[in-house]
Amino acid sequence: MTVLVGYVPSPEGEAALRAGIDEARRRGEKLLVVNTSRGDAYVDPRFAQEPDLAHVREDLAALGVEFDIRQVLGGGDAAEEIVELAEKLDVSLVVIGLRRRSAVGKLITGSSAQQILLGTDCPVLAVKAAV
Amino acid sequence: MDNLNNLMQGFEDVIAPMNLLLALIGVLVGTAVGVLPGIGPAMTVALLLPVTYGMEPVQAFIMFAGIFYGGMYGGSTTSILLNTPGESSSVVTAIEGNKMAKAGRAAQALATAAIGSFVAGTIGTLLLVLVTPFVVDFAVSLGAPDYFALMLLSFIAVTSVLGASRIRGLISLLLGLTIGLVGIDAVSGQQRLTLGVPQLADGIDVVVVAVGIFAVGEALWVAAHLRRKPVEIIPVGRPWMGKKDWRRSWKPWLRGTAFGFPFGALPAGGAEIPTFLSYATEKRLTKHPEEFGKGAIEGVAGPEAANNASAAGTLVPMLAIGLPTNATAAVMLAAFQSYGIQPGPLLFEREASLVWVLIASLFIGNLMLLLLNLPLAPAWAKLLQIPRPYLYAGILFFASMGAYAVNAQPLDLFLLLTLGLLGFAMRRFGLPVLPLIIGVILGPRAELQGRRSLQLSGGELSGLVGGPVSYAVYAVIVLVLAWPLVRRFAVRPRTTVA
Repeated sequence: MTVLVGYVPSPEGEAALRAGIDEARRRGEKLLVVNTSRGDAYVDPRFAQEPDLAHVREDLAALGVEFDIRQVLGGGDAAEEIVELAEKLDVSLVVIGLRRRSAVGKLITGSSAQQILLGTDCPVLAVKAAV
Repeated sequence: MDNLNNLMQGFEDVIAPMNLLLALIGVLVGTAVGVLPGIGPAMTVALLLPVTYGMEPVQAFIMFAGIFYGGMYGGSTTSILLNTPGESSSVVTAIEGNKMAKAGRAAQALATAAIGSFVAGTIGTLLLVLVTPFVVDFAVSLGAPDYFALMLLSFIAVTSVLGASRIRGLISLLLGLTIGLVGIDAVSGQQRLTLGVPQLADGIDVVVVAVGIFAVGEALWVAAHLRRKPVEIIPVGRPWMGKKDWRRSWKPWLRGTAFGFPFGALPAGGAEIPTFLSYATEKRLTKHPEEFGKGAIEGVAGPEAANNASAAGTLVPMLAIGLPTNATAAVMLAAFQSYGIQPGPLLFEREASLVWVLIASLFIGNLMLLLLNLPLAPAWAKLLQIPRPYLYAGILFFASMGAYAVNAQPLDLFLLLTLGLLGFAMRRFGLPVLPLIIGVILGPRAELQGRRSLQLSGGELSGLVGGPVSYAVYAVIVLVLAWPLVRRFAVRPRTTVA
């Protein structure tokens, strides 16, 4: 079984990663860190660049968690990719970070968190960034 | 003094709220398209041309001039923060600019680019005011054979001097000339290349060609290369410069201006060559050679000044002779023609107020660009987060609307798509787009002048060689064509050109 973390280089993403590490250690399971981009804009701040990933790798190696990092490029939305991965792999828990959104913003662009909550069959742990 | 009075009159007219608003829209749109790679001022002017049919010509040109100058400003932002040049004229800026940004000096790089662009743009526009009357005086004395020779020079220069491959340049030029031929021949009344389609008798509208090649071609190209790894953008605050940066920047600004303006005014000079020359010069003259390659501010200041000065220089032959030297000027020339205004020496007599308002608006636009870009550069960079499907959907919408609006006939939409496919194929096979546009726009005019000279001489070929000007121009053409041969045999191999 695996704990899947939806990772974004932001305070929310870091919080999700922390929570994911805790859960993986508590359950004694593998950790799968997922970061995605549709790759259709020149710049995507939610796409983890190499320095971010190196830093994640270092942290995880230091903590001695068995882990894997997967970057999905050019597929669907982040939510679609995570739901698909959670279905395909043997995932026991999905961990995501929540950010503060305005009602209008959610109405227009939708919410990835909501899509993941509704779309996956396994439990979802949603954490907020440390204030 | 007369020109100065005219210019003051121009300033008086441009201060009108509507004109100021259009200048502001122009520079905003210009900066935006400058920031976005693949979308340039030429495409934008072509897209907006049909939108401006309802406006006064003056107002349309105020907006176009803003787009033209804005594109030069915006290109540097992407070069510096992203290492992806927004425009071909900002390629050199990326070399040092991105290194500076990586070293934590993005704010200074953006500042020297923006202030340098302002300085160069202002000096360039002043030079435009001073130089153009002389060029007009010279142009008045030109006869049909001289014009024909000058246009031939334009064709040769644009295919041979720019770009990596002459043969590709020539292919593109011939495609353009062929498209320009479609329609009824003005002299004999014969239909040429109309394939029996009555709507083609009027020729293919330049707007349809420009929008098809630039906008639809680019959209197809992007669609074919849509998914790619997002690049890292370097976060930056408000641009600013320290005392030391000012000291190191002002000379490169002036030298860049000195390179940019004359090259902009030459046929096929464009902005690319002077930016390279400016970079090479700064590298040689710098007191900090160890910084070059690691983020030297001179390497940003010089080329950025050069590209803005060349934008001003481009307007000299465009307004005075009716010769475009880059794609944006070519489309602006088409815009003049669509308003029934003939650029050239008579423009300053017949449409004096239009010209001077246009020039005054350049000064105003430049100031606006400085005020917009200095505090807002980080905000502009946010535009790069727009997913490209949204962007290009919008562009295609404007493209089809514009192409249809020209003549309100569905055939134009088919032509638009066909030309879009042609534009896509040209990008695929590495054919430059500029010679095609120059061919479409200048081709029919070159034909007119050439046939006029032949008619005057009663069909004698000697009629094409009119006077000292055409002698000189033909000599230059021969030189340009023969240059690779000369270089291969006459120049010893040790003098490698850097």
